[in-house]
Amino acid sequence: MKKLSARRRHPLAAVVVLLLALAATGGLYAAFAPAGKAQADETAQSLAIDEGKKLYSVGCASCHGTGGQGTTDGPQLVGVGSAAVDFQVGTGRMPAQQPGAQVPKKKVIYTQAEIDQLAAYVASLGAGPITPNESQVDPAGADVAKGGDLFRTNCAQCHNFTGKGGALTHGKYAPDLEGVSPKHIYEAMQTGPQSMPSFPDTTMPEQEKKDIIAYIKTVNGDDSASPGGLSLGGLGPVSEGLFGWIFGLGGLIAIAVWVAAHTAKAKKS
Amino acid sequence: MSSQEIPEERLPAEQDTAHGAVEVADDPFADPGLPAHRPRIQDIDERAAKRSERTVALMFTMSMLATVGFIASYVIFPVDKIVFIWPFGHVSALNFSLGLTLGLALFLIGTGAVHWARTLMSDVEVADDRHPIEAAPEVKAKVLADFAAGAQESALGRRKLIRNTMFGALALVPLSGVVLLRDLGPLPEKKLRKTLWAKGKQLVNMNTMEPLRPEDVVVGSLTFAMPEGLEEDAHDFQNQIAKAALMIVRIEPDDIKDKRQREWAHEGIVAFSKICTHVGCPISLYEQQTHHVLCPCHQSTFDLSDGARVIFGPAGHPLPQLRIGVNSEGNLEALGDFAEPVGPAFWERG
Repeated sequence: MKKLSARRRHPLAAVVVLLLALAATGGLYAAFAPAGKAQADETAQSLAIDEGKKLYSVGCASCHGTGGQGTTDGPQLVGVGSAAVDFQVGTGRMPAQQPGAQVPKKKVIYTQAEIDQLAAYVASLGAGPITPNESQVDPAGADVAKGGDLFRTNCAQCHNFTGKGGALTHGKYAPDLEGVSPKHIYEAMQTGPQSMPSFPDTTMPEQEKKDIIAYIKTVNGDDSASPGGLSLGGLGPVSEGLFGWIFGLGGLIAIAVWVAAHTAKAKKS
Repeated sequence: MSSQEIPEERLPAEQDTAHGAVEVADDPFADPGLPAHRPRIQDIDERAAKRSERTVALMFTMSMLATVGFIASYVIFPVDKIVFIWPFGHVSALNFSLGLTLGLALFLIGTGAVHWARTLMSDVEVADDRHPIEAAPEVKAKVLADFAAGAQESALGRRKLIRNTMFGALALVPLSGVVLLRDLGPLPEKKLRKTLWAKGKQLVNMNTMEPLRPEDVVVGSLTFAMPEGLEEDAHDFQNQIAKAALMIVRIEPDDIKDKRQREWAHEGIVAFSKICTHVGCPISLYEQQTHHVLCPCHQSTFDLSDGARVIFGPAGHPLPQLRIGVNSEGNLEALGDFAEPVGPAFWERG
């Protein structure tokens, strides 16, 4: 110990300490490093992740960061899961066109295969909701009445009673659900895109999500019945009242004016 | 005589240019009187009158047929029959036919009556001149004299005891009516201040009807809860849920700005009343990125990350928060009732 202590001011002492520290760090890293990468084989999954990373670097990294860590222009993507990617890219919301109160639905840019690769890459960043499969989102055999109940409890406050959407604060809005595919409705409930809160399986089980999808499809399709007659867009009592006042009363006033404007006299003066 | 046919003598004479004077008719603004009565074709031609009569009768007959059609559709169409009718889409056959026939029946009575009045009923103009409302002076004088004589004879001014007790009796009689208003319903007592929530009551997820567990509630999610033991088919379910409805969200504890809110939460899970403090609309338009909740009725906005403070709109109080914890089974439970009355303010709220 004394020998070592005596040499601590030797010109090479710092180099020796540095080498020892590096060796210790490297050794510890080798011992504790995640084994995933080392064992990576050429499976379809890791190929998809590689392809997804390439697509991500080109299309997404400028806002979400090179590793999905997020920047001032976009949120971090670690832990959002493949369902979020499938929803955001699959409905055309991502890549975003411009910053604003809300990113709107628009033309889908990527093919479904590319979306799956992107989703695989983002899912590899951290665990999150997984893209549902066909049978999970299939509304066949679901309880439409229960779905209506659940929709009115959980969704109708923003999306209106039949999913026609509505306004929120500062230019944000809940979009119309008509024509949205069952998979994307399911993913939106799972992940809570943008302002929407999520409804995870722990508080709203898979079967209830199916019921809700079945309800939306029943009341919103081209063939869905509107027993009350003209639904006037299904926007609610304000639009219906406005229609009644303008066209109902307006029609009566027009008839009254027409009657009074036409004389019953035999000869005009 | 129409207004255009001014008699020759009333037209201004040619101006006397030499003197620059204008000769004016005696009264240039004289009342031209009513225009001459002009007959209708139905007044002159009996065939036209007959035609009108038939038209009116046809409208009334069609109205009768429409009413028969109304009754027939009521009998014929089953309630759940859906038909496609352009441009309305898939509508109920029963509702559509009932509305159409009833509308026609009423409309045809109206058009028949209008056509009858315009073409066949007498159209002679009748003038009824206005006269002053004031009574003649002698009538007024007589009424005043009669009143004075009556007051004198009743001796009301002299016998003050009678007068005062009479006023008292007349003033008290309406009180009987006021007292009867008590029977309009039971007094609210403490109902406006108390909800079903009490210490130890578990929070039940309104989707699954199972007790909520803290690990079920993730950041960014929205869940609705009601107190355990409340049954959806109970007779007072609506009254109770209207006060006890909760929205459950989870916020990172570091993002909660209000100290009391953080203490009343369980690991960032906060339970707020779902009833707006303005006029009591159910309010749950939760924006998970900003933690703002918007009321759809009058746009009151509450910040759930800051004690549900009102940040916009007419609401007067923050949303009441329910203090929650976890019981021995690991389920979320209330640690008491709300600290203040939920919903809109009321007279005695204080």
